[in-house]
Parts: sequence; C-alpha cells; structure tokens
Amino acid sequence: MTAGERLVTASPHLASGHTTPRIMWTVVASLVPVIGAAVWFFGPSAVFVIGAATAGALATERVFGRAGSLMDGSGLITGLLLGLTLPAGLPIWMAFVGGAFGIGFGKLIFGGLGQNVFNPALLGRAFLQAAFPVAMTTWPAEQVSWWTLRGDTFALPLMAGKAADVVTGATPLGLMKFEQQGTTLSHLMLGNTGGSLGETAGILITLCGLYLALRNYLNWRIPASIFLAVLVFAGLLHQLDPGRFPAPLFMLFSGGLMLGAWYMATDMVTSPVTNGGTWVFGAGVGFLVVVIRVWGGLAEGVMYAILLMNALVPFINRATQPRVLGTRERSGA
Amino acid sequence: MKKTTPKQDLLRGVWRENPVLVQALGLCPTLAVTNTVANSLAMGLATFFVLMGSSFLVSSFRRWVPREVRISTYILIIATFVTVADMTLAAVVPDIHKALGAFIALIVVNCIILGRQEAFASRNPVGRSLLDAAGTGAGFVISLLLMGGIREVLGQGTFLGVPLLGPHYEPWVIMILPPGGFLTLGVILLAISAIERRRASRAERAAAGTMRRAA
Repeated sequence: MTAGERLVTASPHLASGHTTPRIMWTVVASLVPVIGAAVWFFGPSAVFVIGAATAGALATERVFGRAGSLMDGSGLITGLLLGLTLPAGLPIWMAFVGGAFGIGFGKLIFGGLGQNVFNPALLGRAFLQAAFPVAMTTWPAEQVSWWTLRGDTFALPLMAGKAADVVTGATPLGLMKFEQQGTTLSHLMLGNTGGSLGETAGILITLCGLYLALRNYLNWRIPASIFLAVLVFAGLLHQLDPGRFPAPLFMLFSGGLMLGAWYMATDMVTSPVTNGGTWVFGAGVGFLVVVIRVWGGLAEGVMYAILLMNALVPFINRATQPRVLGTRERSGA
Repeated sequence: MKKTTPKQDLLRGVWRENPVLVQALGLCPTLAVTNTVANSLAMGLATFFVLMGSSFLVSSFRRWVPREVRISTYILIIATFVTVADMTLAAVVPDIHKALGAFIALIVVNCIILGRQEAFASRNPVGRSLLDAAGTGAGFVISLLLMGGIREVLGQGTFLGVPLLGPHYEPWVIMILPPGGFLTLGVILLAISAIERRRASRAERAAAGTMRRAA
C-alpha cells in the first residue's frame, strides 16, 4: 500500500508494525547464513551466481515494477532464493536471465507483489531448467582449491559454457536414482555434498527457517506438513521394499526439500490463507515430491511439486473456508 | 455494413484487425508449428493460398448458395483447396510437409478462413473479397513469421537454418518446445497492446488539445 492510501475497516484497529518491507528484509537477513554456507562450500562461483540472479531480478523490478517496489525487498528475496537453487557452475548470464524471468513473468505480469500465482523464484528456475537443461544439471565436483571457479562462470552472454574443463560430480539424489548409491546422512545434513548452491546445508536451513517460524513470518504448518507427508509416504515405501525405495530420512535431507519447504512453499502470496488449507497444501507438496523422485524421470521434484500445488491454492482456499461465526454457512459462499 | 475503400479492405487484416495478433484467431497453428521459420512460412503460405482460393469461390457463388447450407458449402470449398495445398507441399517440400503433419489438414477448421467467408466473402464482390483475403492472409503470414523468427533464433540460434549466432551459441531449448510458443505469443500480444495503448492515449491527448483550442 502506498502512502496516502487508507484502509477503512470496522474497529477494533490493531497495528502490528509488521509491514511488508519489514517481513521481507527479515527473510533476507535469515538467508545470510544459508548464502554463507553456499560460499563456504562452492567458493567464489556462489557469489557470482547468486549475485547475477539477484541483479536480474532487481533490474527487472526496477524497470517494469511500480515506483518504490524495489525497496520492499521482495524482488531481492526472489533473486537470492533463485540463486540458491542454481548449480554453482552455471554461467552467470543464465542466472541473470532466470532472475529477470522470475520477476517479469512470475510476478510483474500478474500485477506485482501479492498478485502472483506461482513462486517467482521457482518459476525462474523452471524456465532455466527447460531452457538450458544441460547447464542446469551439470553439478561441479569438489575442487582442490576454494578459489577455483566451479564452471565457466563468465561465459559470454548467449554462449554456452566450455564444459570440457569442468570436473562434474553428482547429487545425492542423482546417485541414488541412477546408480543406487546412498550418501551418508551426516553429509546430507551438514552440506558437503553435490547439488545446488543453497540446498546442501539441511541443518542450517532448518535453523534459519525455525527463526522465521518463531517470528511468525512463515507458517510452521507448511514445512511441518511437507516433512510429515514425505516421512510417512517415503517410510511406507521403504517398508515395502528397502532395496528399491530410499530411506525416509534420506528423502528429507537430500535435494532441495529443505530450502523448498522452508523458503519456497511458505511464500505468503502463493500458499493457502487458512490453517486447514496449509496442511492440505503441505501434504500435497510432500506427496508429489516423493512421487516425482521415485517414479519420475527426474532425480529431483521439489520445484515442480511446489509449483503444482501453487496452482491449486485458490481451490484449497475455497474448499477450506472457515464458517461464519454463529452460522452454518461458509464465509463468502 | 459501412462502405470501405479497397485500400482499407486490403490493409485492415494486416494490422488493425490482424487475425492472430488482434483477433486472437487461428491460435492452434500459431502455437503448434511456429518452432522454425521454415515451418511458419510453409504454414502461412498454405493458409494464404487456401484463404485466397476459398474467398474467390465463395464470393463468386454467393448468389447461388442457399443460406441453410452455406457453412457446409464453405467447408467443402475450403477442404478442396486444403487438399491441393497438402499435396503440393508433399510434392515440393516433403520434409516440411512431414514436420507440419496433421496441421495442414487442420487448415480446414482454421477459424480465420471460415470467418472471412462468413463475414466478408459471402457478402461482397469478388475483387473486394480477394483484397480482404490477401490482407488477412498476409496478416497471418506476418504473425507466424514473427513467432517463428523469435522462436528459431532463440531456440536454435539460426534463421531459416542459417546459423546467426556462432557455433558456441547456447540454444534456449524451451523456445522450440510448446511452452516457448505460449511465451512468445504472450510477449507479442503484450507488446502490441502496449503500443496500441500508447497510441490511444496520445490520440486522446491530441483530441483534448484540439478541444481546448476550439474553446
């Protein structure tokens, strides 16, 4: 809401002080440790990739957004989150394109913050995944020196990176899916595994997310229901055939599930408004993640699971409308 | 119907009433076969030919076709020309014919063509109908080429198969896939609506200025 606009409602009037910029900037602050971990594990490449994704998001917000929308911090969050979902060796021009697409087509085209159907960061990532499938699934292996770039970071815009001099590894999910090879759980939790920049440090992301949940800036029911759904569903499958289906804890801490559950699925704009609805939403995300990982052609499914459930949010909201106090009718029905 | 000049008949379909970009008709071929410039061109020219031929015949027969069976008559006439186009493409450019697949036969149900017969060719003399068909057909070809050009350059780095951006170009795979069609069309429609809105607001301001001067 811009200054000068007044919202007139019935009393009592309560001012909480929780403005959009304040919430957004708190989320940005809570992301700092996660970004720090990304830099720790992936070296300078992490800075460049996250920086380029953020620059793409902010530039688009500045050019096409409403006056002043740059300062509410939401564009910054989109850029940072997108950067955290990208592989370290991605050429930075691609990260920039992803950020621009996420803000432009994920948010501004719907009318700006609060109007978007899908999480802008994930939409940016989905676009990159469809546009540059090879670059988006090239996971750099651990390097000798922290300073080594993890890929052809500075490939010229529109040009492919030189893949030859990159040592590639695999993500724990990829290893599990294509080579039936597990990864130690402690490595998954601490983060020294292959994968996207920000998805590796499971415990750190959980701590940052818990902080936001305690501040009530994210609805704890969403991550809780996602984890519960993954644990129950993956646990059932594991009981049926331990040789074929990975253990539930492996499912929980591998891939982008932690980052997705804490930071992407909880996006206030694209998650249900009712508490009952958030349980449905989270359970749906968790279920789809396991389905895609186990039976899909891709190793990872968090992004598509969340985007699919984003599309269902209006229906979930309608189906879980609370009753009007003192009547048997649902509000707005 | 208001009387229009021959020039208007011809130019109307190109921009102001462009079948794809303004009326949003014929979106099925526009989205489905514009992944390369060559496909777009073949599809556009085939439709252009069918539109010209059908408009000519429908307009010539307009006094003898009973109202009750007019639609089926149009469809028969259109189908005749589609068959001609189909066989010609198969003989001249078999590769493109294969790539376009069922979409050539589906020109029969392209609502641009049926729409022009119903709205224009069946009520106007042959000459004006041909002008109208040429304009609408050209508008369709232009739209498809616009789509195909954007999608092929981004999606493959080539234009009509000629490499534009060097051997190291990283193709945007999404642009030659179906989502790329939707994205491209959406962006083009967005740009056109922005242009039209700017033009309208300028005209409004000009009109306001004239009124002030008159007062």
